Amino acid sequence: MKNKSSSPKEPLVHLTKRMDISPLCALGVRVLAFLFGMIICGLVAFLLIERLNDNPERIGEFYQCFIKGPFSTRRKLWKFLKNSAVLLCIALALAPAFRMRFWNTGAEGQTLVGVLGAIAVNFYLGGKIPEWQLLVLMLFASLLCGAIWAIIPAVFKAKWGTNETLFTLMMNYVATYLVSYFLVVWVPNGSSSLGKLSHGKLPSFYHDYLLIILIVLGLTILLHIYLTHSKHGYEISVVGESENTARYVGINVNRVIIRTMLLSGLLCGLAGYLIGAGLDQSITPNSVGGQGFTAIMVAWMAKFNPFAMVITSSLISALGQGAEQISQDFNVSGAFPDVIIGIVLFFIIASEFFINYEIHFHKRHNMAKEVLKG
Amino acid sequence: MKKFVAVVLVLMLLAASTVSLAQGVAKEDIKLGVILLHDEDSTYDANFINAVKEAQASLGLSDSQVILKRNIPESNDCYEAALDLVDDGCNIIFADSFGHESYMLEAAKENPDVQFCHATGTTAHTMGLDNFHNSFAAIYEGRYLVGIAAGMKLNELREAGKLNGETPLLGYVGAFTYAEVVSGYTSFYLGAKSVCPDVTMKVQFTGSWYDEKEEKTAAEALIAVGCDVISQHADSMGAPTACENAGVPNIPYNVPTIASCPNTYIVSSRIDWAPYFEYIIGQLMAGEKIATDWVGTIETGSVKLDEINTQVAAPGTEEAIQATIEKFAAGTCRVFDTQTEGFITVDGAALTEDWRPGEATDGAFVEGTKIVYDGYFHESEYRSAPYFDIQIDGIELLNSKF
Repeated sequence: MKNKSSSPKEPLVHLTKRMDISPLCALGVRVLAFLFGMIICGLVAFLLIERLNDNPERIGEFYQCFIKGPFSTRRKLWKFLKNSAVLLCIALALAPAFRMRFWNTGAEGQTLVGVLGAIAVNFYLGGKIPEWQLLVLMLFASLLCGAIWAIIPAVFKAKWGTNETLFTLMMNYVATYLVSYFLVVWVPNGSSSLGKLSHGKLPSFYHDYLLIILIVLGLTILLHIYLTHSKHGYEISVVGESENTARYVGINVNRVIIRTMLLSGLLCGLAGYLIGAGLDQSITPNSVGGQGFTAIMVAWMAKFNPFAMVITSSLISALGQGAEQISQDFNVSGAFPDVIIGIVLFFIIASEFFINYEIHFHKRHNMAKEVLKG
Repeated sequence: MKKFVAVVLVLMLLAASTVSLAQGVAKEDIKLGVILLHDEDSTYDANFINAVKEAQASLGLSDSQVILKRNIPESNDCYEAALDLVDDGCNIIFADSFGHESYMLEAAKENPDVQFCHATGTTAHTMGLDNFHNSFAAIYEGRYLVGIAAGMKLNELREAGKLNGETPLLGYVGAFTYAEVVSGYTSFYLGAKSVCPDVTMKVQFTGSWYDEKEEKTAAEALIAVGCDVISQHADSMGAPTACENAGVPNIPYNVPTIASCPNTYIVSSRIDWAPYFEYIIGQLMAGEKIATDWVGTIETGSVKLDEINTQVAAPGTEEAIQATIEKFAAGTCRVFDTQTEGFITVDGAALTEDWRPGEATDGAFVEGTKIVYDGYFHESEYRSAPYFDIQIDGIELLNSKF
């Protein structure tokens, strides 16, 4: 302290980067942030929800909704696991690109064209070929579409250095309108509503959603191995740290970018397949429903670590279902769940600040001394 | 043997359900679940939410007897939401969006004891399920009535020498080239034609059920080609705003815009769903069956006209509309009148008696169903959702890609 220049204008507070925070302490900060976020949610709810305002004793019921929404019945529990799995799958797709610092904001569109691929095959071939062949073809179509949607911005980035964030973002809109176009072509009555197709449903083992959940869990383990125990994974990290270093050690950066985005697109395509063949057997421009953007949050909060993403995706789905339950039980508008999730995530993300930086407060008498010395 | 046992079980179940139905459900045991595509911010869903509230108040149901599920997409989520409502003890579940239908149907098959009601759907009458029902309203009659107001306004403009062209021209902002929209704009046109025989109409589609900006652009395009009065299928403020800015008389749908467009709003029509909610809950309490296809009419209070703006409407509009309502009730006036010569023609020819639904709409019709007889097209009689999808003379589609 004393070695530093001690001008009287030195601010009251200053920050230093923390080098060594114990994982337990970091976890503690996040849990505290989460709890603080929940308290704020309660306050906001108290201000906004009429039914709560009139009966303050229902605040306990308000918090119970976060358990009731995702966990109170077997059906809700399965739905929670399914929602988490689909969200996790899209987040997994983003992880390799993000580790490379390729900001892929196009998971929404890449997943949507994955759904479109599966449904297109189903629409034209459903009932005309055996079911297993149909499902396999649908899978290939999904993977192919997802891959194409991711490869285009990757090639532009690698060859011409275009901004990948904007490019991938714009591709989402193209995907949405592509779906609208096909709905007009496919639905002769002009309603643009395809309805549920009667073929191309993933087989059900024990429960309709079990297969989806197992596929995504298996994928989590595989991706972890790929990212941390393979040469490819290492190359991704090096390119992410510094492209120049990567070039210096002889890594073909363009190849890594394209290869990694290909993987990203394939995984998004798979997520699209799970939605198209595993759940909806239909498509609307809203089939992915913003999960491609939520997945960015999932991946980011987990620092692109696949296992940590299991936790973050579960947290977000549980919050979502809990907030829906609040919307239902307290009869509030559909935007309320988004407000709740937004508040909680805001606090969790803000807490990263306290994990990464230490705050130093200057003590008054120190300052006085320094002033005197000056 | 297994089959036999299954059949017996099903029959027992059916018997049990009819018995319980026959007894009726006590008022305090009624629990209504409502699945909505969006929330209050969408005028479409707000119309349903208001209707539920109205029905709840008129029947005296408590807040815990009505559950709203908002923002439910037209996907597997709809099926999940319906089953959630079953878990919550609902004995009657309603969904408001066309695309919810196949997922509601699936939930209905799995829960024969629960009644499933779906607005705007088309498949109930061919599914043969006891607990799955469709509903709509004869909004084509409402459109015809506001069409009369449009026609009288055109006549007034002609007398004042204020028409944009030689002959009166209507404009219409459509969503998709779907039967519901075609039926809507055709009945509007015919209403105008009944009082203004040489009227023609141009239709501009937006390719979306709700898109304020597109609807505004479409209305502006119609104003640019010289339309004298404009109406629309969609319920956003897009077209009314464009008309108010340009000073062109307007007839909106589902929202009376008299407050924001005082210089151009004439009258508007809308569907009121409260009578349907009262009907289905009433049937449940009485232990009576709910109609497979239910069509709300002017008499049931389902088809409503909002207040007429006397500043803009031609004199005598209210009386003319009232007279037509009486003719509808007496059966002496039909919207899709095929008898009156030159009223409805397709490529110059009248609609023949053996006309059948086209390829696009007939999916849900029993083959060979006759729709045109006794001198008129029988709209919404063979299923609740509209199926008039014929392009008649006098109406020009400016863009038909949708």
